[in-house]
Amino acid sequence: MIAPNRASQLPDDQRIVITGIGLTAPNGNDWATYRDALLKCRSGVQPYEIRYFGKTLAGICDFDAKRYQSKKDVRRGTRAGSVGVYAANEAVKHSGIDWENVDRSRVGIYVGVTEHGNVETENEIYIIKGFDYDTSCWSHHHNPRTVANNPAGEIALNMGITGPHYTIGAACAAGNAGLIQGAQMLRLGECDVAIAGGTSESIHTFGIFASFNSQNALATHEDPTAASRPFDINRNGIVVAEGGCLYTLERYSDAKARGAEIYGELVGYAINTDATDFVLPNPERQAQCVNMALKRAGLSADQIDIVSTHATGTSSGDTQECKALREVFGQAPSVKINNTKSYIGHAMGAAGSLELAGNLPSFRDHVVHPTINVDELDPDCALTGLVINEPQEVAQVDYILNNSFGMLGINSVVIIGRI
Amino acid sequence: MTPAEIREEILDILEDISPDDDMENLDDEKSFRDQLELDSMDFLDIVMELRKRHRVQIPEEDYGHLASMNSTVTYLEPKMKDIVKS
Repeated sequence: MIAPNRASQLPDDQRIVITGIGLTAPNGNDWATYRDALLKCRSGVQPYEIRYFGKTLAGICDFDAKRYQSKKDVRRGTRAGSVGVYAANEAVKHSGIDWENVDRSRVGIYVGVTEHGNVETENEIYIIKGFDYDTSCWSHHHNPRTVANNPAGEIALNMGITGPHYTIGAACAAGNAGLIQGAQMLRLGECDVAIAGGTSESIHTFGIFASFNSQNALATHEDPTAASRPFDINRNGIVVAEGGCLYTLERYSDAKARGAEIYGELVGYAINTDATDFVLPNPERQAQCVNMALKRAGLSADQIDIVSTHATGTSSGDTQECKALREVFGQAPSVKINNTKSYIGHAMGAAGSLELAGNLPSFRDHVVHPTINVDELDPDCALTGLVINEPQEVAQVDYILNNSFGMLGINSVVIIGRI
Repeated sequence: MTPAEIREEILDILEDISPDDDMENLDDEKSFRDQLELDSMDFLDIVMELRKRHRVQIPEEDYGHLASMNSTVTYLEPKMKDIVKS
């Protein structure tokens, strides 16, 4: 029996469940492969080179964009659009929904993004540089590629979805924010199926690498697979990654009626704001956000089985999150804590949804994947329950709490329950 | 460029902007739209590529000349006759 939560007391048409998962990560292009990589401690970080910035490291995806898109659509659209189209189609396929007979006007698309448009703008500036900055050579595709709803809109075009579509700009908290938005829209009756989560094309903009580098927050390591090392004393920054993870969300009543397989229930969530700094996190607000999600779920800290951390491998960020987690989970030593960025890097807008997806199989396989690359644990990050370098078996997993935080002080937390 | 070279150049541009279409059986008499999956943004791509590759400017009122391969080559011949194919 699962310990009761507040969401399970709601009417079935107000309970929101995950019925499909579609993803591309630097170490896997489907849920099973990704999970296998996490359990086998297989990194997806590789050497990478980008114009102007030069040689660096990145989490790079190798999904087959042409599985769901024509060559022309790949050319016309954006990388974020391709990532989204792939993840959305995979999610719908995975859900087993009778897609041909779904009323597409009742499907909503809610895609979290950290940023969008930088890649395409940099490309155009690079191109017109070859024409002495003659703006008549600036592509007419620039605007449809850079409108903020682009990654969601490309999914709508590809899948013939005529319900609402938009992106949720929420820095690196966006993956969770997309999921939360989808759940809210289902509860409001704005759609019957929500395709929700996050995407990222960020490795294709040199600006993100250059900016993190100028901030002294870009990871370097002679072994690319060891570069992303949250909680290790020798961590030296972020590995930027691309990727996407979208879920099909449905009301529990609808999912039950069609006999859907259910991968978890959204039992609690919260978003709040630090309002203290552009980049530096605020552990007090992070703890408040986690506590708010727990309260809404009607759960106590010790009822959480796994905490999926946001930690990115920066000196200050990891320490601050650990401070927040000590505040909330300090008296809950049975809680297991892990990190997925250590495998794939920081997938920006996709980070929250990808990291959650990496943990969801724990409901069934009762294994917690570790955070890897911890050769020497930073004493400031030595949380009780931190699963390091080797997967750990547990008796049961009922609740997973997923942290995702971002610049300008945005914090997001979701809690998924076994069902 | 000779008319044959202009045709080859247009074909090259079309292969870029419409990579899913088979150009082998393109009928030069028939309109592009009847044979290829082209929309207005694609036609702008033809205009843009000619501008970028050869600095050929095509005013909006002349876009109608780009309907078929034959009409396009006929229209471009005077504009591209002095361009040396690289």
